[in-house]
Order: sequence, then structure tokens, then C-alpha cells
Amino acid sequence: MSRLSIRKTYKLFIGGAFPRSESGRSYEVLDKEGNFIANPAMASRKDARDAVVAARAAFPGWSGATAFNRSQILYRVAELMESRRDEFIDEVSLCEAIGKGKAGKAVDAAIDRWVWYAGWSDKLGSILGATNPVAGPYYNFSIPEPVGVVALIAPQDSSLLGLIDLLGAALTTGNTVVVLANEMAPLPAITLSEVLATSDVPGGVVNMLTGRTKEVTPWLASHMDVDAINLAGVAAEDVKALAMEATDNLKRVITPKPRNWLKTPTLEAMTSLLEVKTVWHPIGV
Amino acid sequence: MSAPASLIDGTDHSALRRFLHALPAVDQIGAEGRAAMLGTRSIKTDSKVYAIDTAISMIDLTTLEGADTPGKVRALCAKAVRPDPTDPSVPSVAAICVYNDMVHVAREHLDSIGGQHINVAAVTTAFPSGRASMAVKLQDTQDAVSAGAAEIDMVIDRGAFLSGNYGKVFDEIVAIKQVCGSGANRAHLKVILETGELVTYDNVRRASWLAMLAGADFIKTSTGKIAPAATPPVVLVMLEAVRDFHQKTGVHIGVKPAGGIRTTKDAIKQLVLVNETAGEHWLDPALFRIGASALLNDLLLQRQKLRSGHYSGPNYVTLD
Amino acid sequence: MSLFKYSPAPESRAVVNIASSYGLFIDGDFVEGTGTPFKTINPATEEVLSQIAEGSVADVDRAVKAARRAYVKVWSKMPAAERGKYLYRIARIMQERAREFAVLETLNNGKPIRESRDVDVPLAAAHFFYHAGWADKLEHAGVGNSPQPHGVVGQIIPWNFPLLMLSWKVAPALATGNTVVLKPAETTPLTALLFADVCRQAGLPPGVVNIVTGAGATGAALVSHPDINKIAFTGSTKVGKAIAREIAGTDKSVTLELGGKGANIVFDDAPIDETIEGIVNGIFFNQGHVCCAGSRLLVQESVHDEVLERLRKRMAQLRVGDPMDKNTDVGAINSAAQLGRITELAETGDGEGAQRWSAPCDLPAKGFWYPPTIFTGVTQAHRIAREEIFGPVLSVLTFRTPAEAIEKANNTPYGLSAGIWTDKGSRILWAASRLRAGVIWANTFNRFDPTSPFGGYKESGWGREGGRHGLAAYLKQGEQS
Repeated sequence: MSRLSIRKTYKLFIGGAFPRSESGRSYEVLDKEGNFIANPAMASRKDARDAVVAARAAFPGWSGATAFNRSQILYRVAELMESRRDEFIDEVSLCEAIGKGKAGKAVDAAIDRWVWYAGWSDKLGSILGATNPVAGPYYNFSIPEPVGVVALIAPQDSSLLGLIDLLGAALTTGNTVVVLANEMAPLPAITLSEVLATSDVPGGVVNMLTGRTKEVTPWLASHMDVDAINLAGVAAEDVKALAMEATDNLKRVITPKPRNWLKTPTLEAMTSLLEVKTVWHPIGV
Repeated sequence: MSAPASLIDGTDHSALRRFLHALPAVDQIGAEGRAAMLGTRSIKTDSKVYAIDTAISMIDLTTLEGADTPGKVRALCAKAVRPDPTDPSVPSVAAICVYNDMVHVAREHLDSIGGQHINVAAVTTAFPSGRASMAVKLQDTQDAVSAGAAEIDMVIDRGAFLSGNYGKVFDEIVAIKQVCGSGANRAHLKVILETGELVTYDNVRRASWLAMLAGADFIKTSTGKIAPAATPPVVLVMLEAVRDFHQKTGVHIGVKPAGGIRTTKDAIKQLVLVNETAGEHWLDPALFRIGASALLNDLLLQRQKLRSGHYSGPNYVTLD
Repeated sequence: MSLFKYSPAPESRAVVNIASSYGLFIDGDFVEGTGTPFKTINPATEEVLSQIAEGSVADVDRAVKAARRAYVKVWSKMPAAERGKYLYRIARIMQERAREFAVLETLNNGKPIRESRDVDVPLAAAHFFYHAGWADKLEHAGVGNSPQPHGVVGQIIPWNFPLLMLSWKVAPALATGNTVVLKPAETTPLTALLFADVCRQAGLPPGVVNIVTGAGATGAALVSHPDINKIAFTGSTKVGKAIAREIAGTDKSVTLELGGKGANIVFDDAPIDETIEGIVNGIFFNQGHVCCAGSRLLVQESVHDEVLERLRKRMAQLRVGDPMDKNTDVGAINSAAQLGRITELAETGDGEGAQRWSAPCDLPAKGFWYPPTIFTGVTQAHRIAREEIFGPVLSVLTFRTPAEAIEKANNTPYGLSAGIWTDKGSRILWAASRLRAGVIWANTFNRFDPTSPFGGYKESGWGREGGRHGLAAYLKQGEQS
């Protein structure tokens, strides 16, 4: 008889720790033959609320770190992702019901995408910032700054690469994040959380929820302490209503766009999560 | 030991304000950089032995808890006199620091166990907040002096300072100084600035000068009840103040960091700051004290390691 | 300082393994040079550390050919993100071997171990880290939407920050897709040769980085080699001009980072304690072997005496001595030749009537040493106010008004750096807008960062290193379609 495996329990990732849902619920994830894979936690609105609190608490430290420090930490994440490459390939293959070859391509692209984002951290200021030649004796400069706490409804068509394509943009710009993972293929997101937990990313910078998109998203969309929401994983018919919910605090809303995740993104995923601050100072003796 | 009034007339409150605001600015980043660089000094072998013993002799061993009892205070006194019962070569500390109602307990017990040379310092003036009437603060101080406190650690009125009422702060220090007595046996006055609440180094510089002008014998960083307390850059700025004050008046004022100094490494950093800022004249318990409690055991552990060559552990130092 | 005398705190040499001799690193391997080998020493003790190969004209040619092959066959064909990954590997390995690099740098250069450890090595690794991230983002660098590398670049670096200067050259060159032939300074080749081992550990394709040791002749051979597309040089203005003459009228692209005589301007409202640290840091950091040193102190006349009194007291605390001691502030002068130049120029200060004062210090018997020194009563007409001494010697001048400070600061053929010390923000910006210098520090000095462009105006050179602007030197705009 072959050795029985010790199965991993898939919990939420909030504030650097791995709690179960406060609701005590979970839901079943099956492979394409209908076999049992896991019972990941089913996040409740209270878990989402706690995740936002954690993300807010982590924001000053993460946004206040030097861009170099953030880039180092993000690169370290890529190192650990690489060392768990096989695990990710297995999970992506299983969850998305695709072959190992295709899964491998997606995982490699995900790791390289993360490295791409890590290298943006200390360059955005030079590209997006400016000194503005105002018509007067003033030094005037504009600098980009992160918006704050970002809610990210992860894409449903890609369990790892699509998530990283959007998550990396939020992190390298200095934002902190609450992610609602791909509903039916959430496992790579939790394994990614394990990587984040062991790679110098401070607790609360990324929080990972697994559960029902339709149940949890409205609570994030309407949350008054969320500064931006990316609705990438939301069904087309739900986008408008959620965007309306989001207007009460005028959080920035990013609506879903079809993407070939394998292609290098534009800068828009980053610039949509940045504010611009302009400062004036007189020049005089 | 304390300041002549000749530098400026602090009772002229507008002159005091102008003086304090004319002090040179402190650049935060530069000051923090200097303190950080001094923190990289590598103090080893003989100089480490010197530093550890000097640090021990500078400790104001402190207990300031609501739950303090005579038993607790007596245990602290025993520790103060003989920090390591197995090693008589360990110096005793400089003083015991307690609330005023424990002063007599400390003084009596010290005297009965051979600790006559160890002063009792009392925190007064509605420590730690300082939020009480002047009458209460004066009485608080008087009680401590009467009970035998040779050193008084008062707090400044931070509310008055932050609202720009430097004159009020000044006058209060002068009044408390008077309660300390006069002549050779007067109690020595330490003025706690509570730098964590002053926040900026400019404020720390101004408060240091204000305290010295008003008659402080020592300027002290903190109550130890809030963080941040005695960070290296704060102590650096205060050491610069006593250095410059001495340069202008010839008078030596002491500095006492308190709060957050828990390890031998922390203590040695403080001594390096003293050595390279105010200078070696201040490397003396008469001019530099460290307010601490847990620090003493860490110093003892390090001392044991230097003597034996191997790392020691908590079973080889005593609880106080 | 006799009460609290810091006991010796020597860093151990055990972490480095210096070979008795080194060849040239060409095409991924160490090969024998065909020139005349020479010795490299520890300038603090005059101990011989190793024997170094001299790159002859033929050796330089061999290296350029290797770089060209690597460019054509491998490096120019490699996807940009993969190029970046090599640089990330190099950065990480430098961090892993940080202590080894720091010790080796101090032994070969004479700078204090604290500086190698806390400044040189971390910054060098950071430069590789930063540029690694540019490799696949060049279309965003502001050099057109399809910028191209030059091809093979020849790089010549000085002895004052050997590893750091290597990283300032090699990192952007590789990130932008060029291949490299690098000549380290003749007195400080060892950390460059150790870097070759990092390239091996990183699996960098052979020929992408080539290291050819030697002196002036080797450098000249590199500059004049016909298959070099671009030259990057950091060193003296004199040699920079020679290089400019050599490549004049050719297609070769060139950047030069040359000398300076930086003015450190202190206004009457400067934050005085931090200002004294800034003055000291500006001229005594790295023994004054700094192109951007604040070697002219321009102090407002009304505060001259107070500043000087505090400065002397502070200088008397400088710890001069064994660079391997972790408490040393000022190390050895890099060579006998440099010591001779410093001594001679300083003597002109005496001769021209300035007043010399040196910090009292016990200098070791062996090795090359100069005490931290200031000259007061200096004016613009003194040689020590005009010529770069490149040692721990500060010339002190005064000014009366802000306008006069700017005039005096700008009155030099150099234009590399300047410092401004004042509590007033608008004055900082006013002065910065008028100073003709490529790097201006306000209420700080000698701060470097991979994102921050560095370079000079006028005779301090051409072009910038670091940041987005520094990348431009290694790229050509693609053709407009």
C-alpha cells in the first residue's frame, strides 16, 4: 500500500497569520473528475472586515519603507516562489484542470511577473514624478504615492498568474491589499500566502480571503476604509452594481478588462493605484 | 553644580522665549545619522570591561509601579548594594529610584545593609504626568526630601511647554529647586523633559536649555512610562546641550537617559555618546546616570561572560 | 580620550582568500597576461598582497574580441528579463559575500572597514539590484520606445571606491544590453578580481564581463581600441581630457566623471552640530579621496570663528589608524604617489600664507598617512582653493552675503558638487538653482543612491551615472519610424 499523504489545510491569511473563517465555514473544491481536493475556508464579511483592518494597520509601515526595501522584499518572494515552483505547478494544474506543461508556463510567467514588479518599486518615482516649471519663483514637484488599502477580486480565469499580475502592481506601488482569491481555484493563492508569510513581507500587507465572490465582494466594494477596488474577478453582470456600491467614499474602481495574462502589462495597473502629490516651495534668499 | 542666573534672566519670560528660539536648529536626519554612526563603535575586551563596570556604577535602579511594596523595595535595595552575591568585585549602583512614599523604606534598608553610599532618588511633581496643582507638586517634593531623598527627579509641565508657556515651566523648576534645599546637603534636582512627548529635537534642545537655566543639576530624558524614551539621538542632543552650556558658563550639568535601555549594547552605546559628545568628564555617576531595571542583569551576564569566556544564563543573575 | 579608550577591535582577515597572483579575466576564465606583472599592496602596512597581471595591447584586444563575441552571439539575443536575472543573481551574491568584499576592499584600498562594510559594499550591491530591474523596462526610461545598447563598452575606474565604481559602470552597462571590458585602477584591483568570481557563481555567460588589470598604458589601449563603441571613465580631469582628445572626431560615445573642488557653503543659520558633521564628512570621509568632496569650506564670515572652533574640537576626535579596526574613522592614503601629491599641494598652502592646523594623531610608522588638516585664511587666489588635492585637507574661505557665496562657489573650472547648510528651505532652493554643480547636497553630504544621478558640470565631466539619466549613456535611441 502506498504511503498516505498528509493533506494541507487551506486557511485564510490575515495580518500575517492563518486563521480559519470566523464563521467556521468552508467549501469544497473538486478536480475536473469531481474528486475532492480540499475544503478551503469560506470567508465571511467579518473576515473581510478584519482583513481591511489588518491592511490599514500595515499601510504606514509598507508605504513608508524605502522603495529599495520594498523591491528587496518583493524579490525575496520571487526566490521563494521559485523554490516552490513544482508545488505551484501541481496546484495550478489540479485547480485549473490544465496539463502540467501549460501550468508550468503560467507559473514561470507568474514568477517572472513578480520579479518585473519588484524592479518597478524604485523606478516609478523617476518616471511618474516630475519637477514642474511653474511661472514663478517656486520649486514645484509632483510625486506619486500609493492610494492606501486596495481590495482585489482576483481573476476567475487564472489561479496564480492573473492574481500576481494585479497583486504585484498594488504591492510595488506601496499599497496594502485584501485579496479575494479565485473562487473555484483558490489553492495557489493560499500557497502564495505561505510564501509571503515566510519572506519578510510584514503581516497585513497582503491578506488573502477564499470564499464566494458574490457573497464577499459587496462588503469590500462598499467598505468606507477601502481606497481602491479592482473588480477583475467579478461577473460582468455584477460590475455595475458593485461600482455603484463603491461610490460612497469615492474609492477608485478598476473594472475588469480581458487580458492575455502571459503578456507584459502596461503601467496602468500601477498608475491606477497611485495618487499624485504636488508641492510648492519658494525659491529665495 | 547648577547654573548661574547670569546667562539670561529666565524670570523675564519674553527674554527666555527669545533665547530658546534663537538656539541653533537641529537637523533631524543629521542628528540621527551621527547617533547611528556612534552606535557602530565596537567596544571590546578591556574597554568593554570598563564600560560594563562604569555602566553598573551609573545605574539608578528603579521601581515605579503602583504595586510596589516595602518588600519589593527592600529587595531592590539589596540588589543595588550587591548586584551579584557571588562576585564582590561588581560595583554597586549609583542610586535607588522610587516613589516618594517608599523613600523612607529604601533609606532605612540601605543604611542597614551597608548601602549608606547609595542615594535614594524620588520621582515627584505628580510623576509621571505632572498634571496637578503646584501645591501638590511642591508637597510631593517636600515629602520626598523630608523622608531622606538625596535626589529629586521632577517632571516638567509638557502641556505648558508645548503651548509655548516656557515661563511657567521655568518658574516651576525654580520653585521645586527651592524645596530641594540649599547648601552642601541639598537634594540634587533632575529635571525630566519627557522627550517622547516633546517629539522634535528642536524641542529637546530648548527644553534642555530651559531646565539648565532654571537650575537643574541633571537633565533627564524620560519618565520611562512612554515610548520613545531615551533614544540615542535624543541623548545626543541633550549631551550637546550640556557641553555647550559648560562652554558658555563653566558649569557641568548631568544627563540621565531613562527608559528603553535594556541591554549591555544599549548601555555601551550611551557611554560612547557621552565620550564622543560631552567628553570624558561626564563619564562619572556624578554627571551621567542611567535609569533602568532590567539592564543590570544583562550587564551582569555580559560581565560574567567576559570573565569566564563563555555565555551565561538567567539562573546566574538574581531577580530583584 | 584616556578614560574610555576603545580597545583594538580588529576585523579578521580570515574571511578573504587572496591568491599569490592573478591573471586577467577574459571570456569567463582567468588567463595569463602578456604584459609585465606588478605588485599590489596594502597601503596601511605596505605589505604585498598579490601579484597582478598587466594587460598588454594584445591582451586588451583579446578581451574586446571576447566581449564582442559575447555581445553578438549571446547577450544581444537574450530576452531582456533574462539579462536582468543575471544582474539580480550578481546583486544577491554580492550581498552574500559582503563581508569578504568589505575586508578585501579595506586591505587593498586603505579605507576603514566600517566604511567598506557600511557604505561601499551595500551600495555596490544596491546598484546591481536597481539596474537589474531596468533591464526589461528600457522603453520606459525616456530614451525612446526602442532604445538599443552601444555594443562593447570600455570602462576605466579609479582607486578611491574600487568596488562601488565597478558597480556604477558594470551594472548599467549590462542592464542595457552592452558587454564590458573593465580596467580597474592599478593600485586597487583585488575586489574587481573577486567580482570575476561572482560572475562565475552567477553563471554569467563568458565574455559579458571581462576584467583587464594594468595601469595607464592598459587604459590607453582600451580607449583607442577600434572595436570599442563607448568609453566610460572615472578619474582625474587630466586623464579625462586626454581621453576626450583621443576619441575626438570618432564615433565613440563617452562619459567622463572627473575631478572636483566642491564648495561646502555654511550660512549663519545652519544647524550647527549637524553642519560640523557634514563638513567633517565632506572632506575626511574616505580620507578625502572623493571627487565630490567638500574640499572648500565657504563659511559665512559672521560665524567663522564659532564654526572653526567647533570644527577643530570635532577633528581632534577623529580616529586615524589601522583601517581594519572597526573604530577607525580615517584610514590610509592609497599610495606613496598620492601621499606625495597631497603633501606637496598642502605645502603650497603654507607657502602662500594660509594657516595650517592638523588634528593631533599618532600615525603608524609603516604605510601612507596624512593627518586631517585644515587651512584657514584661504582665498580664491590660493592654489589650495583651486586645485584638487584629493586628500584630507580642507581649505577654509569666507563670504559675506549669499550672492557672494554662490559667486565664489562657482568660480572654478570644476562643477561636480556643492553643499548648502542653512535652516531656510527657500535659501536651499535659491542656492541650488544658482550653483553650477551636478550634485548638490543640502544639510547633508556625500549621499549616494542608485536612483540618484551623479556627475559634473564643466571640467568635472560629461554625463551622469545612476538613475534614469544614467541609463541614457548606455543606450542609443532606436530609429524613428
